[in-house]
Amino acid sequence: MMDVKKLAQVAGGGGAKSLQIQAQISLPWSDAFRISLKSVVLRLGRAAITATGIILGVAFLTYVWSDRIFSEGVTKARIQQEQTLAAAAEAVRGGGKPAAGGETASGTATPAGAERPAGEAPAPTTAGSEDQERSARTTWLVIMSLLVCGIGITNSMLMSVTERFQEIGTMKCLGALDSFIVRLFLIESVVVGALGSVAGILLGFLFVLLYYGVKAGFSVTAKIDWAELSGYVLLALAIGTALSLASAIPPAIRAAQMPAAAALRTEI
Amino acid sequence: MAKYTCPQCGEQIETAGIVTVCPQCHADMSAVVEAAGHALRQRAAELIRDDSVTTHEYIVRTRGLTKIYKMGDVEVPALRGVDLDIRRGEYLSIMGPSGSGKSTLFNLVGGLDKPTSGSCYINETDMAQLSAHELAWQRCHTIGYIFQTFNLIPVMTALENVTLPMIFAGMSSDEMLERGRMLLELVGLGGRLHHKPHELSGGQQQRVAVARALANSPAIILADEPTGNLDLHTGKEIIELLKELNVESGVTVISATHDLKMIDVSDRIVHIRDGRIERIDRREDIELEVGTMGGEETAV
Repeated sequence: MMDVKKLAQVAGGGGAKSLQIQAQISLPWSDAFRISLKSVVLRLGRAAITATGIILGVAFLTYVWSDRIFSEGVTKARIQQEQTLAAAAEAVRGGGKPAAGGETASGTATPAGAERPAGEAPAPTTAGSEDQERSARTTWLVIMSLLVCGIGITNSMLMSVTERFQEIGTMKCLGALDSFIVRLFLIESVVVGALGSVAGILLGFLFVLLYYGVKAGFSVTAKIDWAELSGYVLLALAIGTALSLASAIPPAIRAAQMPAAAALRTEI
Repeated sequence: MAKYTCPQCGEQIETAGIVTVCPQCHADMSAVVEAAGHALRQRAAELIRDDSVTTHEYIVRTRGLTKIYKMGDVEVPALRGVDLDIRRGEYLSIMGPSGSGKSTLFNLVGGLDKPTSGSCYINETDMAQLSAHELAWQRCHTIGYIFQTFNLIPVMTALENVTLPMIFAGMSSDEMLERGRMLLELVGLGGRLHHKPHELSGGQQQRVAVARALANSPAIILADEPTGNLDLHTGKEIIELLKELNVESGVTVISATHDLKMIDVSDRIVHIRDGRIERIDRREDIELEVGTMGGEETAV
């Protein structure tokens, strides 16, 4: 079964080996990625808990942003609709031979169309300050929710690091530098952060889409500023990933700086 | 110049070469010469074993090694000055009750921890003087570690565990896979390359660990109670594997152990008590009832 003589040959004359100490130790990014991804896939439960924090935070962020864009879209649609209505009424009033029914219809429509701008005219000033106040409050809410998420992720990463002290100590025994350990954990957190952000963005967007779709009809999507929305989506992705990365840095450094012996001794 | 006395006439003959007949009485001198040669060889063997006369090539040397752990305000000394010289190619066992400091010594020799005072030299290099990179290189290339709890990376397959130190050593991936596969085949795990540690038995996991320790052809194998978590039979397998590796490739094996079977294959046994070396035994000076132990093993 075992062929020790051959094994000894393969292992090489440990004594005959060059004794020159060098400082070349490497962990290529491709290998680091492979190891980190494997770790995420095999510890899906832990990754899911970390990701949930990010998903919720980013979903809220996306919700706030796309809510604004959608409500703008709806307002735009309404204004446009009113304008066409007004234009139609104008056309009817100025038209040659309106039908009697049409006369009454336009008669009711016209005052409404005429009143609306007048009624709305004073509104923007009060609505403006109200809007400002509301958006300030929303900004605070968003910041708070992201902070809470960040703390949640840090906590989850700390747990994940603590669980793996033995593994970290073993890797150090095999010749890993502190920076390798940090690299592995950071790649892991970026992957989890990015995936969580994508999920969060989808969740937040779908919620807003359904809400406005049911309220104002799905035709509202035609009036949405998609360019602005996709800009915000990318921003949300970046924020989610950066948040996850930033929260992982302290635990990763803590793990890496532990002396190998202490890391090996830890029992959980 | 050797001096021989003729057994018949008592003539003293002094020569740099060999005499076969006495120049005086022509008596046969071969038995005398042979006996003198034998005595000479015996004396040489004694001298080699006598540490006060012979200098060896030492792969590990420690001088006044102390380690004090701080538990809050209390200082707990684990090692109180250990001077130990370990020869290249030696199979050395470190014995002692738990808490005697043998694991601490093991960690200091392996460069896993830093001594409070004193120094540890590996290949005449002071471990304390090494930079983080050099220390990592030393751990990667010079020392292979084997643990009581196997310490395989749980998310990686046997092959990935064995190739991990080769990644750090910067080996190309083809070379790495081939070598990893060969090492695993040679420890008898050729059919379990892609098994995760939890899918392997304790003995198999420890064999993966041995293959991993050999990944970068180390000069030293440090084994911390390698048979502690194994049953008698698999423990014996691992011990035989280590001993044969030691004999065949000349790798220095240093192991902390309680296991008497381990003591049996050791060249020297260092007894540690209360952070000091109590005594050092040579294998030929101690008697072990290996026969009875062997009988028990076959029964298991």
